[in-house]
Amino acid sequence: MKVKNLNTQFFRGIIVTTEKNIMIYYTKAPVLIFGLLFPLFMFLSFYLGRGINLSVFFPGFLAMSMFFTASSVGPLITPWEKQAGTYERLLSFPVSINTIILGDVAAGMIFGIMINVVVLIIGQIFLQYPINILYLPFATVLAAFCYSSLGVLLASPSARAPSHIMMFSSLIRFPLIFVSGIFIPLENLHGIGRVLTFLSPITYLVDLLNFSFKGKSHMSPFVDFSALFAFSVLFLWLANRFHRRNLIKGL
Amino acid sequence: MERQGRLERNRMKKENSVVEAIELTKTFGNITAVNHVSFAVRKREFFGFLGPNGAGKTTTIRMLIGLLTPDSGVVLIDGIDIRKNPIKAKMKMGVIPEMGNIYVDLTAKQNIILSGRFYGFPKKLLEKKADELLAQFGLYERKNDLVKNFSRGMKQRVNIASAIIHDPEILFLDEPTSGLDVQSQRLIKTIVNQMNEKGTTIFLTTHNIEEANQLCTRIAIIHKGEIAVIDSPEKLRSTFDTTQSVEMSFDKTFDDKLVEENDLVNRVEKMGDRWKLYTNNPDRLVKHLTKYAEEHGLTIISLEICRPSLEDAFVKFTKP
Repeated sequence: MKVKNLNTQFFRGIIVTTEKNIMIYYTKAPVLIFGLLFPLFMFLSFYLGRGINLSVFFPGFLAMSMFFTASSVGPLITPWEKQAGTYERLLSFPVSINTIILGDVAAGMIFGIMINVVVLIIGQIFLQYPINILYLPFATVLAAFCYSSLGVLLASPSARAPSHIMMFSSLIRFPLIFVSGIFIPLENLHGIGRVLTFLSPITYLVDLLNFSFKGKSHMSPFVDFSALFAFSVLFLWLANRFHRRNLIKGL
Repeated sequence: MERQGRLERNRMKKENSVVEAIELTKTFGNITAVNHVSFAVRKREFFGFLGPNGAGKTTTIRMLIGLLTPDSGVVLIDGIDIRKNPIKAKMKMGVIPEMGNIYVDLTAKQNIILSGRFYGFPKKLLEKKADELLAQFGLYERKNDLVKNFSRGMKQRVNIASAIIHDPEILFLDEPTSGLDVQSQRLIKTIVNQMNEKGTTIFLTTHNIEEANQLCTRIAIIHKGEIAVIDSPEKLRSTFDTTQSVEMSFDKTFDDKLVEENDLVNRVEKMGDRWKLYTNNPDRLVKHLTKYAEEHGLTIISLEICRPSLEDAFVKFTKP
């Protein structure tokens, strides 16, 4: 086989890796538990019996759901492949580490978008927000990309056991939920609590969703988009560095 | 060192090499796993790479396929530097890693098609090629079964079929028949041999010396991270003419002094009910044993002159 165009080969590698991930990993128990059931139970535990107005809480819930679903696939793929002995084989195909990373990111991103479109449609049936169709799709896609990149970054330690990575991943993901503006609106936060919210990439999606649904946000949508983009670049850069460093560890 | 590397490269070019390892070195912490290893595999050659555990075989093969970056040295795949152009180089090769596996949650056919898609085959052609390979590997009837229900031998057949879907110019096999049933071993050897006859260059890493002896046209033995010897199995054996032996067994027990205190015998190995006697003069030893059997009323069950084996060469070159 001759390589006609290295760019074509690069994008083909991403698409095939994504398809492979979708075929194999979407139905794995940890993905379903941490990606679907977990955000639902988190929502129920905070919402039920507290007399919270659903229309106020819904953007936060949607952001939380996006965060959990999009970042649920990525942490599992590499340790799973290393454990099953398929990673070495994958690396022997005409792909680079970037191809594999982006294929993993795309799989998490598509999973996040699919699930959240369903959640959004169900929410819309009950809440009937006047959706800003210009901002919402961009916010959804960029946030899915950002959170999925974080998921792939979390897979970079060299552990072969997926359960170890799941513990590590929970250690990172849960604090990011609690310091974001999901449960307490940003305007009600002060001092260190307020500073911490800006360190969570979820804060910016909550703000963008508030703007998309209610027309008002705490920060400018431009700032929110920029922050999500910057987090995405940071996560991808770190993922590349760590995955490259730990490439053959655990094989 | 620089000049030596250049000379080695020029020599390899002249040999019409398709895999060239030039002065490869790789260290892990304080341990030098591979130390200035150089060799070339010629086009259409069946090249064996042997060595004891921890000798540096897997590290070398991982550098050859671009999985590990050497600390120094160059790997050329059909003239392409794998470090500079990994994708181009990888397009030319098929790899069956030692610890490599296939996706057990996919069917046999899905696994093969998935591999083919990385090389950009059109869907129809891929379907056709996958069916052909499944038939060739005796798995056509099971093509739509999940691999998780397959035996180890069947999984390895799918593994190899997936690695050759793109008709690679070079096939790297790392212990391909290790732990497999006899039927799968034979099938794999036959198919790999056929591929070699059709022009594919084969790079085989194995512990199985008999397998290397049967298949390889040239063998490299690596020991403690360095190449101990590279030659054809026949030439390697002939270096050990002094280690000829006679294998024999009698119907009854006999006085051990016959073999242990005999001037014609250099070394003795007991193998079950047989004896392997190493000698410089097999002709005289056979005559002596025959006479002894006749004098003591023993029946000869077997008596055979053995030439030095590749295993002898391997043991000699990899002595601790």
